Amino acid sequence: MDREFEFEKPVAELEKALDKLRQSADKGDPRIAAQIAELDKTCEERKREIYDGLTPWQTVQVARHPRRPVLYDYIGMMFTDFVELHGDRCYGDDRALIGGFATLDGCKLMLIGHSKGKNVEENVRRNFGMARPEGYRKAMRLMHLAERFNIPVLTFIDTAGAYPGLDAEQRGQAEAIARNLTEMATLEVPIVSVVTGEGGSGGALGIGVADAVLMLSNAVYSVISPEGCASILWRDAAYSPQAAESLKITAKSLLSLGVIDEIIKEPAGGAHSNHEAAAQSIKAAVLRQFEKLLAVAPDKLKAKRFDKFSAMGKFTK
Amino acid sequence: MPWFKPKEREPAKKPVQQDEIWARCQSCSAHVFKQDFINNLNVCPKCGWHGKLNAYERIGITLDSGTFKEMFESVRPCDPLQFVDGKGPYSEKVEQARAKTKLNESVVTGTGKINGLEVVVCVMDFRFLGGSLGSGTGEKIQQAAVYAGEQRVPYIIFSASGGARMHEGILSLMQMAKTCAGVAMLNEKKVPFISVLTDPTTGGVSASYAMVGDINIAEPGALIGFAGRRVIEQTIKQKLPDDFQTAEFVLQHGFLDCIVHRKDMKSTLHTILSYHNGGSAGSKKGGRRGSRV
Repeated sequence: MDREFEFEKPVAELEKALDKLRQSADKGDPRIAAQIAELDKTCEERKREIYDGLTPWQTVQVARHPRRPVLYDYIGMMFTDFVELHGDRCYGDDRALIGGFATLDGCKLMLIGHSKGKNVEENVRRNFGMARPEGYRKAMRLMHLAERFNIPVLTFIDTAGAYPGLDAEQRGQAEAIARNLTEMATLEVPIVSVVTGEGGSGGALGIGVADAVLMLSNAVYSVISPEGCASILWRDAAYSPQAAESLKITAKSLLSLGVIDEIIKEPAGGAHSNHEAAAQSIKAAVLRQFEKLLAVAPDKLKAKRFDKFSAMGKFTK
Repeated sequence: MPWFKPKEREPAKKPVQQDEIWARCQSCSAHVFKQDFINNLNVCPKCGWHGKLNAYERIGITLDSGTFKEMFESVRPCDPLQFVDGKGPYSEKVEQARAKTKLNESVVTGTGKINGLEVVVCVMDFRFLGGSLGSGTGEKIQQAAVYAGEQRVPYIIFSASGGARMHEGILSLMQMAKTCAGVAMLNEKKVPFISVLTDPTTGGVSASYAMVGDINIAEPGALIGFAGRRVIEQTIKQKLPDDFQTAEFVLQHGFLDCIVHRKDMKSTLHTILSYHNGGSAGSKKGGRRGSRV
């Protein structure tokens, strides 16, 4: 384990004991086998308990876990016939936000997502999943392509935010995101978004104006990072845990605020402890959503999307 | 007789207190008579620096006198997250802002006329929580778009905002999608949308409606950008040029149609609007006939 969270320690200890038992035990002995099964069960239950009781700030740590599956893990586990399509036709090809044709259990679709890396080298190449304007413009190009091919769009959201750099400002980061928000609103094919890790503000929303927004149970989605919020409103980043609490960034909070449509339950111990199980849960949930959305006529779909986003927000009249 | 009416100058009316005879320009530090500054539409007579205007001052110098009809004025924040930060609850901040500005939200919306041409306007007010985009702001801007779409009247937003309102968390982020959905609906109905970016237009407001006008106009020197200067400097570990994220910088990179001095804003808007439907937009009837559905 390259990084262990304080709250995971009890489970880690149990797991160590379990491993030891497995290695040393006589596999033929039914009593030991029963003991192992018992311990296994306890371990799962403990994990479930711990993960159900995480504070928002702890959830942020899980959402950013270095072993959490990234987009290309999911592509390998969930999709077939992936054809990556490059470039925004204006400036370049962003490696932090990628996309292409993909097939999900026979359902042909356009897959678009933030692409984080799993090691420093990979992350440098992919700019830690923080896209520049050319990434958002490529995403929009692919969504229009999906419209042309009459296939639905699936986006995977996992970014700390849109890249805050000089070059990104020069090439119109704000305009690129704004254009996506505007054009996604009237796209004529169904859009499903899954927040798999970090949903970082405008950088996340830039591919997140969807008919159905799903969220993994330990993912977070926020208008600003807890660190950013703490340094502005508390004038000290040390207040990040309080900011995380106040901002209501967990899947549960977002479901109750009506911002997301469904929570996808992660395996006990988080998606990073069992990539395959996480992928299967996402697959099932996405297919269920598409089955519903593909039955809706384009005009009605657009009208429903408009109504959905028009209803966002709470105010006094 | 020119083909458009000569511009009307209606100076912002603001009482000058006895002890406030002098004003100091924030840009060139020149001391000028406060009344001169106000008569000059809050623009420094020495260097041309554009100071901020509040929403009603803006409306006063943009719309024909007596034509503004306010809409949705009762919409106000409700503290959906029960947000509390280091300085106290959000609900208290809202009450302070309401008392100070006599506004219910960070935007004033309604209809009016620019040299006789009908428009729907949304005017942001930076004094109300930094002009931040909250749920109420988004609702008003979107409702105004719906009205403009129904009436087929050109839609103008004057932005002045630091960005999304953190105190409303994810709901403030969603206002970006909500307001852009309104713009998308206008695009489909072929109703023109003019975005006027004033100092400052940053963060979630620049990354939503402010940047997707059919025409984007800015005032000279306005701060316009996505990420904050400090955040960028920390990310790239470099000092940024002085003109970074100014209206002039944004124009140079192709995201603005023009930069217009405040004294010329009304006449420029009128000239642009006069092209709508090839000039037959003077009356609503003519506009309707000329536009495609």
